This record gives sequence, structure tokens and C-alpha cells, in this order.
Amino acid sequence: MSDWWSYRLSDFLLFSPRTWYRLIELYNRDLWPAQLLWVGLGLAVLLQLRREGERGARLIWAGVAVAWISVGFGFHWRRYSEINWAATWFALAFAVQSGGLLWSGVYRRRLRFGDVRSARGRAGLGLLAFAIVLMPIIDPVLGRGWIHSAVFGVMPDPTAVATLGLLLVTERPGWLLAPIPLLWCLVSGATLLALGSPEAWIPPLAGLLAVVLLVRRR
Amino acid sequence: MDRSPPGVSRRELLGGLSAAAVHATLAPLLPHFRQSPVLTRAIPRTGERLPLVGLGSWITFNVGSDRSARDACAEVMRSFFAAGGRLIDSSPMYGSSQEVIGHGIRKLSGPSGLFSADKVWAGSGARGQTQIETSRRAWGVDRFDLLQVHNLVAWEEHLPALFAMKAAGRLRYVGITTSEGRRHDAIERIMRTHPLDFVQVTYNLPDRKAEARILPLARDRGIAVLANRPFRQGALIQRMERHPLPPWAREIGCTTWAQFLLKFIISHPAVTCVIPATTNPAHARENMSASTGRLPDERTRQRMVAWVQAL
Repeated sequence: MSDWWSYRLSDFLLFSPRTWYRLIELYNRDLWPAQLLWVGLGLAVLLQLRREGERGARLIWAGVAVAWISVGFGFHWRRYSEINWAATWFALAFAVQSGGLLWSGVYRRRLRFGDVRSARGRAGLGLLAFAIVLMPIIDPVLGRGWIHSAVFGVMPDPTAVATLGLLLVTERPGWLLAPIPLLWCLVSGATLLALGSPEAWIPPLAGLLAVVLLVRRR
Repeated sequence: MDRSPPGVSRRELLGGLSAAAVHATLAPLLPHFRQSPVLTRAIPRTGERLPLVGLGSWITFNVGSDRSARDACAEVMRSFFAAGGRLIDSSPMYGSSQEVIGHGIRKLSGPSGLFSADKVWAGSGARGQTQIETSRRAWGVDRFDLLQVHNLVAWEEHLPALFAMKAAGRLRYVGITTSEGRRHDAIERIMRTHPLDFVQVTYNLPDRKAEARILPLARDRGIAVLANRPFRQGALIQRMERHPLPPWAREIGCTTWAQFLLKFIISHPAVTCVIPATTNPAHARENMSASTGRLPDERTRQRMVAWVQAL
């Protein structure tokens, strides 16, 4: 592709904003009320981390791994791939991430949580809280209605951002588990930008923040 | 003043006059007869005539499994065929567009006159054959009328396979595509060295790169031309609609910018069919109406370019 420089971001967008938001609407409608369960689980993780830094780490990572496979299969594989052939690759990446979380966080117990009162720990908790509590209300605030809410465990963006937040709270950095959430933040930002969505900057900014904090902890 | 459009042959003119005569005779007898005869142009290799306006499916028909959106696309197809359209263009790269076209074809009970144009977009010849069969099933047609190598991907492997399909009677026409003025050198080389039936390029009022070499070469070599991205994915229409149409637009039968932009494209004598995409049945009718009435002559075409450049 010698003319690669001549392509614009919009040249890679295969669908219209109307189709994208309609896809999310139908997906959320079909899953309802599972969103409430995922918000509840997310809040439970948040509270557990604030109370006990180390306890229940395996359970938390198992839950996050289920969130990744759930989004990978339920959203990317079954829904998004209908309008974007690349989504089958996204589904594969989400399955790999789920496997990695199970391996490192549940089986090998390498992702024990550290001090949540440190600056890094607080930043991680902040990112997690943003993904669990604030990201679901972005769409309603922008006037799209609750049916378009992006919920952790249901939609990819809050799932990726929440995972990056959790990786900031671990004792030792889980570097190998950061690339897929970070790449997704970039892909999502580019897609939303091409769609003309005003919140396009949020996933890449959350990813950038996570990278800076992960690098600083070394 | 010469009222015949540029590049319209005597044969085309007589064909148009015959259609007008048939129309005048039958119109009172048929309640839904079209108001104006649709202008057609011949595919150089065979003389088969195609309406000058077709229907694209890039983005607009990629609606997934959403039933109501699929039905809406079927209504676009219904309007398109009712207005005299024939050629629909798609690609396996366009997400669910092929399945959505297939849904429309079933819903309209196999519209007569359909000219099915699709593409092969695979990294190898072997995968291309599997992909073509998947595409054919998605459309629900016995065979494609036209298959094009999408963006020249693995064209060295696909073109021989497509010519073999044509020789075996499993395909009627073979073509190649590009967009946005990319790889014109390679397109030109393939046009000179292979017996192509069709070439698809971007051609619209601001993007006239194809006028320099591709369109003249297509005329010389007897290759039909499909013009894609006539509205630059709608951006051109949005830009134009901030301005009034020139007062002389009515002289060439244009009451909207869409008609103005389309008439410019199809008035080029090398262009066989332009393929605008839409999600709106009314827009499908409006697009088709550009292929009726008078086409701009060369002097008017230059006037159109100057007007748009001055905006």
C-alpha cells in the first residue's frame, strides 16, 4: 500500500454513527438487566480494594477475566463483527487478555494488590471508579439516553480502563497485561473520532494516564 | 445550440429516442410508469445498456442484523428499481452490506433487471474463490454480472481466476477498482495489458484526477467506467448545500445539488454508471432523476467546474 499516507481515518470506518449507536442500543437492550449486575460487581471490587488491599485478589481477577471474555464474545464476536470484520480480531485479543488475567491473577497469583493509599494506588482507584461509575453516564449526559450506557463487563471501553486502573494498584506491575487494554483505548478513540463523537478523547487519555503512572512506578 | 450531450453516440441517441417513443405510447396505459425515460449508456465490450445511475452500498448498507434497518435498505432498493435503476455495487469489505442487499433482493422478490456488481477482496487467489462463493450466497443470485478486484488487492492472482470464471460462463464481466485517485499508474498498466470490461475509480466535481489518463484510456480500450464516491461520502453535498444552486442549473434539469453533482459525472462520455449510496428512498429517487432529461454539454461542464471552484 504505497499510498498509505493518503488514507484518512474516516476511510477505515465501515459504518455510520447511526448504525453504531443502534448496535449498542440493541445489544444493551438484549442484555438488560445484566448491566446492573456488572455495575454491582464493579462497585464491589472498588470497595474491596479500599478496605483490604490484598484480600480477594484472585476473585477480583477472575471477575475481570470473565468481563473480558464476556465483552470479547458477547460484543465483539457476536455483535460488532456484523458491521466490522476487524471485530473478530478484537474478540481474539479480548480472549487472550482474559486468559492472561486468569493465568497471572488467578493461577500464578502474581497480581496481588499493593497499598491503595499511595499516590499510584489512588490514581488506580480513581481510574477504576471512573470506569465503573462515570463512564456509564457519559452517553446519557451527551443526550443519547441510558440505553447507550457503556458499562464495565458489557462494553469494551470501561472494561479496558477499569483493568488499567487495577493494574496500577498491583504490587508488581503487570506489564504483559497492559498492551491489549492500551491498544483498545487507541482503537476505540480512533473509532469514536471517525464517528465524530465528542467523547473520543476519553479512552486514549485514560490509556495515556495509565502508561505514565505505570512507567513512573518502575 | 447543440442539445445532444457530449459523447453520446448516434446509437445512444436513437436508443434514447426509441425509449421516449415507447414511454409516450405506454405511459397512459400504465399507472406507475416512470415519468421520464432513464438515460443509459452501453458497456463497450457487449453493447448492453446500463442506466447511468446505479446504487452503491459503502457504509449505508452496513447495518448488521438490525431488522428495521435492513427493511429500510430494502425500501431504498425498491425506490431505486422503481425509478429504473439496475446496477448495485458492493464488496466483502463492506461489512454486512452484501447480506443486506440479499435481504432486499428477497424482499423485492428478485427485482428484474438487477445488474449485480461485487468485488473480490482477499490476499490470495485460493481465498478469493471461497470469498466469491460466500458473497454470491449472501446476495442470493445465481451468478454475478460483474466482479472486480477490490483496490487491486492480489490482482495478479484474482484476475486470471475471474477471466476463467467469465470463460466458463459463471461471470459476465471482469473489472478492477480503486478510489480517491490512488494507484492510477497500476490501474493504467492493467487497463493496457488485460482485457478488462470495467474499471471503477473515484470521479466527482472536485476529484477529477481520472480525467487525465484513466477516462480517456477507458474510451480508447473500450472499458466501461463505474464512478464511485460521487458525493465524497455525503461531505460534498453538505458543503454544496450551504450555497444556492446556480440559476442556470435548471437549464440542465437540476433542482438539487445531488442532481447537479451527478449530472456532471455522467455527462463525461467515458463514464458508464455512477454509484451514489444512500439510506433514504427519496434520495435514491432523486439520484435516479439525475439520469433523466438533458445532460450538460462540454461548455456547461466547464461552467459547473468553475462555479464549484468559486464557492
